[in-house]
Amino acid sequence: MSRLIDKRINGKNKSAVNRRRFLNRYKKQIKQAVTDAISNRSITDIETGESISIPSRDISEPIIHHGQGGKRQVVHPGNKEFVQGDRIERPKSGQGKGGSGKASNDGEGEDDFVFEISKEEFMDFFFEDMELPNLIKTKLTTIYENKKVRAGFKSDGIPANINVVRSLKNAYARRIALCAPYKKQLKVLEKQLDELLMGPNPSQDLIDDLEKEIKELKHKIAHVPYIDEFDLRYNNHIDLPKPSTQAVMFCVMDVSGSMDQNKKDLAKRFFILLYLFLTRNYEKIELVFISHHTNAKEVTEQEFFYSRETGGTVVSSALRLTHEIITERYPSDDWNIYVAQASDGDNWYDDSPLCRSLINDKIIPLVQYFAYVEITPDNHQSLWYEYEKIAQQNANFAMQQLESSADIYPVLRELFRKKDDVKAVS
Amino acid sequence: MSVLPVTKREPLSTGSEWTFELIEEYDKEISRIAKNFNLSTYPNQIEIISAEQMMDAYASSGMPIGYHHWSYGKHFMETEKNYKRGRMGLAYEIVINSNPCISYLMEENTMIMQALVIAHAAYGHNSFFKNNYLFQQWTSADSIIDYLLFAKNYIRKCEKKYGVETVEDTLDSCHALMNFGVDRYKRPQQISMKKEQNRQKERELYLQSQINELWRTIPNFNQDKTEPKEYRFPQDPQENILYFIEKNAPLLEPWQREIVRIVRKISQYFYPQKQTKIMNEGWATFWHYTILNQMYDEGLLPDGYMIEFLQSHTNVVKQPTFDSPYYSGINPYALGFAMMSDIRRISENPTAEDREWFPEIAGKDWLENLDFAMRNFKDESFISQYLSPKVIREFKLFSITDDDVDSHIEVNAIHNTPGYSRVREILADQNNLGSIEPNLQIYNVDVRGDRSITLRHYQYNRKPLASSLDEVLRHFARLWGFTVRLESVDEKGEVTLVSTCEV
Repeated sequence: MSRLIDKRINGKNKSAVNRRRFLNRYKKQIKQAVTDAISNRSITDIETGESISIPSRDISEPIIHHGQGGKRQVVHPGNKEFVQGDRIERPKSGQGKGGSGKASNDGEGEDDFVFEISKEEFMDFFFEDMELPNLIKTKLTTIYENKKVRAGFKSDGIPANINVVRSLKNAYARRIALCAPYKKQLKVLEKQLDELLMGPNPSQDLIDDLEKEIKELKHKIAHVPYIDEFDLRYNNHIDLPKPSTQAVMFCVMDVSGSMDQNKKDLAKRFFILLYLFLTRNYEKIELVFISHHTNAKEVTEQEFFYSRETGGTVVSSALRLTHEIITERYPSDDWNIYVAQASDGDNWYDDSPLCRSLINDKIIPLVQYFAYVEITPDNHQSLWYEYEKIAQQNANFAMQQLESSADIYPVLRELFRKKDDVKAVS
Repeated sequence: MSVLPVTKREPLSTGSEWTFELIEEYDKEISRIAKNFNLSTYPNQIEIISAEQMMDAYASSGMPIGYHHWSYGKHFMETEKNYKRGRMGLAYEIVINSNPCISYLMEENTMIMQALVIAHAAYGHNSFFKNNYLFQQWTSADSIIDYLLFAKNYIRKCEKKYGVETVEDTLDSCHALMNFGVDRYKRPQQISMKKEQNRQKERELYLQSQINELWRTIPNFNQDKTEPKEYRFPQDPQENILYFIEKNAPLLEPWQREIVRIVRKISQYFYPQKQTKIMNEGWATFWHYTILNQMYDEGLLPDGYMIEFLQSHTNVVKQPTFDSPYYSGINPYALGFAMMSDIRRISENPTAEDREWFPEIAGKDWLENLDFAMRNFKDESFISQYLSPKVIREFKLFSITDDDVDSHIEVNAIHNTPGYSRVREILADQNNLGSIEPNLQIYNVDVRGDRSITLRHYQYNRKPLASSLDEVLRHFARLWGFTVRLESVDEKGEVTLVSTCEV
């Protein structure tokens, strides 16, 4: 007799370790693919998996086998018109005659090895060189938490959640219900006994019988448990989504000639990180892209990251436009406003003090947070020093010089930390 | 043979859904019929698994317990991708050569498919594993699960002690030489897990002392007088490269030797399967076909089941022709099934041609003939013994010579009287592992000098080695620790140096 076993319950992730090993081994290639993917994706589309492709040659497991050449005799099925002694033109490699089946073994004409990584894995690779603290990483990768609220009672749960009043009420009701028939009977019997005792020449036998019965009933009543398992009621908690709110994120970037594609990619990572932060905190997020050189204009994401313009730089133009858009479209009572500005620090000299006053007087009072990154390995120019003054005066203004993606997180650190404080208070 | 009594009974079931009770009932009937056909099997362990688990099983080439290695992850991801994109269906079954014989059934199969799989795997493959001479000699079904468990635990321990990457490097190198880890002619001994563990310790100590002896560096002052002229080490060329490394590589740590041994043992376990694809699949397919038809004749299967069964059976034994876009060589299921069925036909209804070609089996008991064929052959010898003119005609087999010194390909034999023997001979050779895999031998180690090792490749039909060679030699050098050379010997006996890999 055969043994039949249901193995489905054993779980399916037997290969998870091997998969992880594979990803670790080819980290470099995968990271490159993730980086490429990020530069091709929209900011809002960052949280999906990705299909990664690695040249098969890089991940092959070499073995010794015969290569092409020499003399081969092969049997094939399905002869139609050949007879012995026929001479056939040799087909070009990679087609027909079973040649195609062999090709991949011979290390020629290979396809790339393509595989999918999950959203979580993608985010891991994305975060990797940004040196995010683990707490933040989990915060950004997990689906955001719901708030627990009380919602009535339920009949099972953990002891800590027992609701005493409810449980005792139930027990009381049950006791009443279970004892009722006995009590009713008891009442009748007691009445009979009373009548018997009051009446003339009571028969002792009858009295004994009744007394015995009464005693039994009382015994039964006493044995109805005071509290029982199914009396227990537990406080019920359900998950309630956090109240939905909306935010708008202004991406402001200098697109003058000095901002090359590398700098823009770095800026993009900065915007993405801020965006991710916002998605954890707000239900609805709108993005506004403002690019500027000497003039500022509102553009699409595509133009924002990929168009190149030339000319000088006047930062205040962008700030002025930001302020205009805020006042026109995003009243600060209804919207949580975040501004993220990226530039290489170039600005027309006289413009920088103007920027400071614009931010200080007009923008900062309206926004939750203003983050500025300067992507430059060089010395700072006037804009940086003006901004430093703003940072000293305002807690919701952060600035940072970026040389690599590892520098991005510190700009937003304040933002994440602050949020924790707020949470702790509430 | 006795004709089985056919009494019509009620069908066991009619719906497409399976239940555990139904599977047990089908298994009982299949087992009864298999016994009537004299199939001798290991006890069966049938496991129901999900599609995801099937992918896991795929990735570890069917080993129920495997050590961790990135390459299995790669295979898993490949399978997963293809399956999810609908590019491939998963196999209906995987069966493991062990005692008890483990067969996996996928939960998504319909009832009739489960019956097909049980007949195919749990009785067809199972009896082949138990009785074929190669499996009997090269594998030990009783202890394989224990051994795999030992291997997994051992490698995990090594990873803890020496780091995942170090262990991975060693495994990579061993995998590269895996096909050269088998004694082709010696019968290896069988051993259980307990013994294995005990002996592993002894081996470790002993081997290390041996090797230290071999590579002793104290100079011998009487060298010139006593040294024999043509001393080579090893004295005879060695074909089991991994074994040679395990015993003789000078710089390996004891745990590395054990890993070499593990890879070698697993390679040996799969060695018979590589050489019996056509027979093994042919045998299992023949029996699922025969057993299910018997069930149908007894009335146990309704017509609807039979149609579904025949449809999948036909798909399995389909042979695309050489010019079809789906062609990828000869389908072992198709050829195997055709040949097994043909042996039955020759036994039961031989023609004059069959009597001429197969006088020893024509007209004899078909069960005995098939049983004999299953026990005593591998693909190569099976084809040279049993491929009949009728099957050659059915498949329209033809043979070509593709020689790189000739500008054209020549058709050297087709399915006609002068061609039968030639086609048969070439097809047999095409399935001979000895001709498929390059013939590599360890020829010499420079014991007195730089400890470099020389491999010799004995050419067959002037076939060169593929370009992956250099990479494999690097792996070899990593294990050996000193320079590795590869020489090629052509059919005239001329030796040329092909590649050198210095450490």
